[in-house]
Amino acid sequence: MIAGVPTEFTPPGPESFDLPPIIDGVSWFTKPVLVSALSVVVIIWFFWGASRKSAIVPSKLQFAGELGYNFVRNSIARDAIGSAEHMKYVPYLCGLFFFILLNNVAATIPLIQFPTFSHIGWAYVAAIMSWVIYNTVGIRKHGAWGYFKHQTMPAGVPVWLMPLMIPIEFISNIVVRPISLSLRLFANMFAGHILLGVFVLGGEYLVFETGNIALAGVGIVTWLMGLAIAGLELFVQVIQTYIFVVLTAQYIGSAISEEH
Amino acid sequence: MLTMVLPLATEGEQPNPLLPHTAEIIFGFVFLVLLAIAFAKFFVPRFEKAYADRTAAIEGGMDAAKQAQAEAKAALDKYNAQLAEARQEAAKIREDAREQGAQIIAEMREQANAESERIVTHARTQIDAERAQAVASLRAEVGTMATTLAGRIVGESLEDEARQRRTVERFLADLEASESARQAVGTDG
Repeated sequence: MIAGVPTEFTPPGPESFDLPPIIDGVSWFTKPVLVSALSVVVIIWFFWGASRKSAIVPSKLQFAGELGYNFVRNSIARDAIGSAEHMKYVPYLCGLFFFILLNNVAATIPLIQFPTFSHIGWAYVAAIMSWVIYNTVGIRKHGAWGYFKHQTMPAGVPVWLMPLMIPIEFISNIVVRPISLSLRLFANMFAGHILLGVFVLGGEYLVFETGNIALAGVGIVTWLMGLAIAGLELFVQVIQTYIFVVLTAQYIGSAISEEH
Repeated sequence: MLTMVLPLATEGEQPNPLLPHTAEIIFGFVFLVLLAIAFAKFFVPRFEKAYADRTAAIEGGMDAAKQAQAEAKAALDKYNAQLAEARQEAAKIREDAREQGAQIIAEMREQANAESERIVTHARTQIDAERAQAVASLRAEVGTMATTLAGRIVGESLEDEARQRRTVERFLADLEASESARQAVGTDG
């Protein structure tokens, strides 16, 4: 820090995510709950309107809805699971995709500007649901022992390597997947929010608190960079949504596949 | 990693970002299930219905086009068959006409031949009859004239009718014979 700076700058940290309840005394009603509830309302409202007529020649709204629906249905579900069985999982994957997408993008929308998934509970529950689903359908398809073999004993591996392979495959396919799935999404949202906070609050500190013209100029540059970071974050928000849902579809696809 | 980080939550004043809020887990579950049900119950069936209708409409259009094509082909075949039939018929009519024409010409020719033959025959008969008549009348006249002439020249009356007739007959026979001989020589020559 430069000498002569009157007050200490405290960068945003984990405590920045500890928001007070919106209504005093109702501890569960926090900003992420409100935002995600709004996202559910928006998703249902949008798709209700888009799919209401299910016309052969779609309206603009229906076309937009079909565009989003088709993306999840074909580019994610069908490509990962295969056209024979993907339709069973399209509802969950669609719900997951649009829920994560809206809540992520909400972090860029002015006045909301808070990523729901930077609270890890949301990421946990989404990852655990995906985990339960792909393991359940795998066990239902291959049987418990068959599924265990399917996930831990890759075809073509010599028998003497099995003592090594089984624990590795078990950990990577059964244990680590929900953790990596949730942490990846959470960490991206968490870090993105902190990064933006650093740029915006840091710029604010430099412009208003230091009382130094040169530092104020640096602060303005910091804000501009924060704007660019916000653009980057929007990209990350969309990409992370896609990765989460694609991986879920991939896990389902590999759980019900016949062979490795 | 998780086990390494988790105990930190109890140490510092800073909240541990890896510890979930129970309420958020419950809400997350409820919201995701709600959305999955909404998609499963309403949105997916409706979109799929639109797709199915669209596919049906396109396939229906293609079927209709195929049918129209088949109909057009059938009509073309029919017209071609009719055209061939008509052509065949025309050829047959022409052939018939030609035959008929030839027949008519032949018939006409035959008729004309018969007619000409008839005319010729008739004329010949008439000529023969006229000639015979002429010969008969000449015979009578020439006899009288010759007798008269001979009576005048000779100056004597040939009273004997029988001798007279015999003389005339002999003279005419001679005359006829010489005539025929001359004619025969004329035709031969």
